[in-house]
Amino acid sequence: MGILKTFTLGGVHPPETKLSADQAIEVLPLPKQAFIPLNQNLGAPGTPQVAKGDEVKVGQLLAKGEAFISSNVHSPVSGKVLKIDNVMDPSGYRRPAIVINVDGDEWETDIDRSENLLKEIKLSQKEVIEKIHQMGVVGLGGATFPSHIKLMVPDGKKADVLIINGVECEPYLTSDHRLMLEKGDEVLVGTTILMKGLGVDRAIIGIENNKPDAIRNMTELAKAYPGIEVCSLKVKYPQGGEKQLIKATIKREVPSGKLPIEVGAVVNNVGTAFAVYEAVQKNKPLFERVVTITGKSVEKPGNFLVRIGTPVKELIEKAGGLPEDTGKLIGGGPMMGKALLSVDTPIVKGSSGILMLREREAKRVEVKNCIRCARCVSVCPMGLEPLLLAQYAENEMWDEAEQEKVMDCIECGSCHYTCPSGRPLLDYLRLGKSKVGQIIRNRGKK
Amino acid sequence: MLTVSGSPHIHGDSSVKKIMYTVVMAMVPAMLVSVYFFGLDALRVLLISSLACLFFEWLIQKYLIKGPVTINDGSALVTGILLAFNVPSNLPVWILLIGAFISIGMGKMSFGGLGKNPFNPALVGRVFLLISFPVQMTSWPAPKLLFGSITSTDAMGGATPLGFLKEGLKNQTVPELMKDMPDYAMELIGFIGGSLGEVSVIALLLGAIYLLAKKVITWEIPTAYIGSVIIFTGILWLVNPDMYISPVFHLLTGGLILGAFYMATDMVSSPISSKGQILFGIGCGVITILIRIWGAYPEGVSFAILIMNAFTPLINRGFKPKHFGEKIQSA
Repeated sequence: MGILKTFTLGGVHPPETKLSADQAIEVLPLPKQAFIPLNQNLGAPGTPQVAKGDEVKVGQLLAKGEAFISSNVHSPVSGKVLKIDNVMDPSGYRRPAIVINVDGDEWETDIDRSENLLKEIKLSQKEVIEKIHQMGVVGLGGATFPSHIKLMVPDGKKADVLIINGVECEPYLTSDHRLMLEKGDEVLVGTTILMKGLGVDRAIIGIENNKPDAIRNMTELAKAYPGIEVCSLKVKYPQGGEKQLIKATIKREVPSGKLPIEVGAVVNNVGTAFAVYEAVQKNKPLFERVVTITGKSVEKPGNFLVRIGTPVKELIEKAGGLPEDTGKLIGGGPMMGKALLSVDTPIVKGSSGILMLREREAKRVEVKNCIRCARCVSVCPMGLEPLLLAQYAENEMWDEAEQEKVMDCIECGSCHYTCPSGRPLLDYLRLGKSKVGQIIRNRGKK
Repeated sequence: MLTVSGSPHIHGDSSVKKIMYTVVMAMVPAMLVSVYFFGLDALRVLLISSLACLFFEWLIQKYLIKGPVTINDGSALVTGILLAFNVPSNLPVWILLIGAFISIGMGKMSFGGLGKNPFNPALVGRVFLLISFPVQMTSWPAPKLLFGSITSTDAMGGATPLGFLKEGLKNQTVPELMKDMPDYAMELIGFIGGSLGEVSVIALLLGAIYLLAKKVITWEIPTAYIGSVIIFTGILWLVNPDMYISPVFHLLTGGLILGAFYMATDMVSSPISSKGQILFGIGCGVITILIRIWGAYPEGVSFAILIMNAFTPLINRGFKPKHFGEKIQSA
């Protein structure tokens, strides 16, 4: 084996702490009540298709994504719609959600619930995209961008390769790892479907080499799928970032401010490929996903197949309860996840994991003067100068921040992670991004 | 109660304190050698300089700024040791105290403390003393071993090899002067006159390897600094070996190694980008040699680094790190 591939600029290596890597995926029991936010994707919320008092089945359409960047939401449970009300979602805001009192587990009859692996793709390219659209599939890596839009290549651009993200570079998280071990064939069929939708004959699955079992399994299985290769990558955060993964696997660099399609690539997550398989081959909408539940004090860290809308606390109970020393509850991984306000927050399509950090780990370190050590610069995967951008944001120098490419920041948090003075660099960069973004949008209106 | 804050939710194990004490550790070999060669005098200078720097930082933070006292972050200790490294071991105590006060007070605290100082504090103190007390700052004791009885005739008292060279070149050639100078082996281990921390190239390199391995410093500045000195003096030496001494001599004497690895690399006062650091190192090298060969002083490391410190903001402006996706590649 030669030198392992990876991206070239910046990066850090936080402790991997993959506590739940050996835990097979278990099915989480149904909740008594499900809270299904209307907006679980990047973009506009869906329009409700049910009303209070309606009886719904598993897989029934609850909300229709009517805007261009929007996505359908289906019922993860069967039962009666209690109300459509504002419920706190993982962002911490109270937003419209459909609340269902669960009754039994009655599925729509056109969903194929068998375990049979269906390899043959019967749908055409156009039908594939439409099916993915109908079934409400969004990017499950965390960004929740509606998947069908990614497959519609804009005029004048051409895709020549699909990259499947099996990196799982966030510490603690193991849901993609388990999928590649337990549902490898399904992921590969899903990949083939995505290739068809995109119109490419080549796909690369990027996996970091801290998951040798997944690399072995996928490499072995991929032999039966033409055009799909597995690329083993050196462990480095944030390799799961689209631009970093493209650079690592095919050495192409997405230009600043542009999308991956600019260099002929489209990136999808392993979890998304699995959801695409279920949607297209099994006619099953996206209403459940694999979620890692983990933390150093958690009694039984594990990976669970969870229905969307299940309150986080039910998952926590299953893992042995909320440890007493819990200081922070995080939706996602420790580097890019969001701190949750409450254990009542529902699992949504974008929930890759629930992480319980101990009190001690939850506190930020004391902030000291910047000593200009430039470590933030050397770890920034986008080649930015976080110390400088933070200064600009602090002093509201938005033009300068824009010039220094604050909008290129992918919010990976490597700068803050590595800062010896514990400076909240990413907080400032986010502020800069939101202000500069606003300025750019206003400019466009004129 | 759950804590809610923005990502990232974990922090690496680096801290200012860790960085500073790593630097202190790296200087231990040179400290030991200095005590071995210059005896208890060296120990006295090291202790007084360190304690004085800590004391003045405490005094200023507590009674002038009336803010938090941060003397245990290790940065004042680093300044104290570096200042000691840059003075002769027989420097009177009161002069040393003035040096410590200028380093901490003028070099560091008046700009807002650690991280805000444009110049290396220890060098500010050192140059202040050199200009104010030129006699005391340049009367070098001959090294005499702490243990053992080797007294070398090669070990010149009263002048550093660089000083001896500068003085001698007024009426002699380089080959003539070389006869009266310590050989390279002596210079390598540090059995020569000089400031107490600069003499032993071997001890300094040991610490430098440690700093590089711990990633407290990066290769750019030392390599560019030392490389440019070798190239610059090498050309001169090849052109006229009677007038210009060999690059090896320039490497082994004076404060070049100390400066290149321990002071030019000061993260606060050196450039951010790799390219900027290389330019900074080259600037240091060129200015050092200009002063050593044509300047009024026999040694130019301190001045060179301070001058380049002043250019750091400009270099940071002109030399940005490479942005991702800057160069548009075809698909």
